[in-house]
Amino acid sequence: MIRIEPRETTSRLWNIGVPILSAVIALGFAAIPLALAGANIAEAYYQMGRGVFGSVFAFTEMLTRATPLIFTGLAATLAFRAKLWNIGAEGQLYLGAMAAVVVGTGAIDAPAIVLVPIVLLAGAAAGAAGMAGPAYLKNRFGADEVVTTLLLNFVILIFLQMMLEGPLKDPMSLGWPQSEPIVDNAALPRLLDRMRIHAGLILALVVAVISHIMLSKSVWGFKLRAVGENAAAALHAGIGVKRSLMGAAIVSGAVAGLAGVSEVAGLKGYLTADLSPGFGFTGIVVAMLAGLSPIGVVISAVFIASVFVGADSMSRAMGVSSFLADLVVSLSLICVLIGGFVSNYRFVRTAKRAA
Amino acid sequence: MKKDLVLSLNKLSKRFGKVIANDAVSIELHRGEVLALLGENGAGKTTLMNMLFGHYLPDSGSVEVADSSGNMHPLPLGNPQAALAAGIGMVHQHFALAENLTALDNILLGSEKLFSLGRNTSAARAKINGIMERTGLTAPLDELVGRLSVGERQRVELLKALYRDARILVLDEPTAVLTPQEADALFKNIGAMTKEGLSVIFISHKLREVLAFSHRIAVLRHGKKVGEMETAKADQRSIARMMVGEDSPVTKREKLDPGKPVLHLNAVRVTGKSARNSLHGVDLTVNAHEIVGIAGVSGNGQNALAMLVSGLVSPDEGELSVEDNIITRFNPAAFIKAGIGRIPEDRHHHGVVGAMSVAENLVIERLDDTEVQNRGFLRSGAIGAIAEKLSKNYDVRGPGAEAPARLLSGGNIQKLILARVFECAPKLILANQPTRGLDLGAANEVSRRLLEARGRGAGVLLISEDLDEILALSDRVMVIHDGRINAANTTDRQAIGMMMAGEAA
Repeated sequence: MIRIEPRETTSRLWNIGVPILSAVIALGFAAIPLALAGANIAEAYYQMGRGVFGSVFAFTEMLTRATPLIFTGLAATLAFRAKLWNIGAEGQLYLGAMAAVVVGTGAIDAPAIVLVPIVLLAGAAAGAAGMAGPAYLKNRFGADEVVTTLLLNFVILIFLQMMLEGPLKDPMSLGWPQSEPIVDNAALPRLLDRMRIHAGLILALVVAVISHIMLSKSVWGFKLRAVGENAAAALHAGIGVKRSLMGAAIVSGAVAGLAGVSEVAGLKGYLTADLSPGFGFTGIVVAMLAGLSPIGVVISAVFIASVFVGADSMSRAMGVSSFLADLVVSLSLICVLIGGFVSNYRFVRTAKRAA
Repeated sequence: MKKDLVLSLNKLSKRFGKVIANDAVSIELHRGEVLALLGENGAGKTTLMNMLFGHYLPDSGSVEVADSSGNMHPLPLGNPQAALAAGIGMVHQHFALAENLTALDNILLGSEKLFSLGRNTSAARAKINGIMERTGLTAPLDELVGRLSVGERQRVELLKALYRDARILVLDEPTAVLTPQEADALFKNIGAMTKEGLSVIFISHKLREVLAFSHRIAVLRHGKKVGEMETAKADQRSIARMMVGEDSPVTKREKLDPGKPVLHLNAVRVTGKSARNSLHGVDLTVNAHEIVGIAGVSGNGQNALAMLVSGLVSPDEGELSVEDNIITRFNPAAFIKAGIGRIPEDRHHHGVVGAMSVAENLVIERLDDTEVQNRGFLRSGAIGAIAEKLSKNYDVRGPGAEAPARLLSGGNIQKLILARVFECAPKLILANQPTRGLDLGAANEVSRRLLEARGRGAGVLLISEDLDEILALSDRVMVIHDGRINAANTTDRQAIGMMMAGEAA
């Protein structure tokens, strides 16, 4: 008989192994609907792998897709570590994108070395402002940030549509609700010729490393973690809990805003209301899959981007629905949550009755 | 009193990571016997009982239990169902009852068939009534458990075990939550049960009740059984020595002249959400070299006083001054800076961040200190060194400075807090229920440190519901009642008791 008992400590190997194993199991489970759809499973997975690793182009496409997920995953991680439930990264992403468009479509004439940082700062500031509001309401009135941030997503999206029909609308767009294009000096540089991969990826990696250092090595991160783990004890120990929450909110919002800047100024070049296919929400999955570790976020963003990009190419080659990608991502998250349980408990074989 | 053996634990060992919780512990229990299992917090008592009951699987060792005809059989380990079937019942310190079900439903829970359409409880009711008559354990069977008093809930737990035909009963600190009267009643019931042939193991810290009600005593220390004796041959002193490994130092308070005031409350009024969180016009002075004890029945404003002196609430009226400075900023950080060390009442929830390491918890109150940080970044080497030094000086035992604080036992968490507070050489120490729930060794350590701080020149504001502790440590005793604090001007227990009840002394 097998019994479950709590584990006092979890080993490092488990912490790394469980997410990886979960991903593998999730891919295994996804074979069931694939088989039901009549596809050859081996061939399907081969096509999926080829779609990600088959060529330099495929690989860079995957990294391009991972870039906004790293940003939004970090945004979720930074807030969640303080137990500040920022569900509004999607809205903050659009705020960042709008700010990038406002300053980056010709309003300021400056060389790239000046203009790119301005665009980045503007986007980060807009995202930060988008999260500072809910954090203020939480600190001042105890308003539940899950509700405020979630609903603000829709407010911001509708505001964006209004702006794209009004002040931000490109007069040359033949009536389409889209912004003027980002000027060349404001655009993030491409990393490779004839590829879409752009400097946003480098920025995302830098932000990940900085987040890791700030969380684990700085006094700011110490306070943020203490507030997240036990706010009452943190308050008692003299930590400004509200201040820490506001700090986490501003940084989280700013990083989400950078996701929007990166997409607009690095990839698309102009802003539309369908800039993000839910990157803000997928970022939450990325963060949970990574166990709220900033470095883990990079890995899990790459994994999820691989699944999406791979499934796209598989569906083209095999004629099965690309919704399989969503399925694999969801299954992975479930597996990781179960895996988290497994790594906190252990299974014990009960001794047989000695005769 | 050699009687039939009913239970024998043979060399049970269990380790959690690096911590050896039990090291080859053997214990025997006879029919109709009450065995007291004693030991400090973290000595391994609860682990041992959890292995017996199948919650933990021992690393080595075996358990044998007698069946109803007295023949010993090995018990399959790590299997609570087997333990239940063998007639072992356990009543935990924290009850496992469903509050929204009646007492009867709780007793039957788990022993009824899962799939049956009707439900006939009359046979069960008759059986329980029989048990109640024989043992004197009474509980209102049709009342919701949520409406029962703590003592009644405990009796429901006991009835539940007896209903399942337990012949061996394990009670984990059964009197920790009871009033003295309820505790006496419980032991009377236990006496009646043992006459019926039931055997009882009870875990306790309280030497008085162990001496009064047990037949035999086994003492655990650091996971090993260090002694076993007939209760008739034991006395408080010899047991205490076995538990802590040495003669527990008697708290000696040398005479000291009070110095200048370190804390002064002048007509302070705090309006809380309820009476228990309010203070009405409190005047109070704590001088250097002085311990001021605040005696009182729980819920008379101690909480408001502690929050105020911790900097968690600000007064609506009146002034609070530390040394000669009137405090205007009421937040914990300012209070720590002003030299006030705080030992919180709820050490698990307010004292430590359980998920963070012992080292991090040791420095959490001094993050601005350049010894701990450099330009906003933690000096991990220095923090490690501080943690190592403090853990050693204050005898914080556990799986190490990098382990999460929640893995420490209650006594060691309190030592961690002591280390954090006393290392900053505070001018004033607020000690709120500093020894509640601690074993003898840790409690003595707290008292010793408080007296040491007093000797150094600190003032101590000691809030406690334990009058013995107040009388043993305090230079002056004040009584808090209904948000008002008055000087006792006496050390007479009766007089103070009258004041605590709100009668003029």
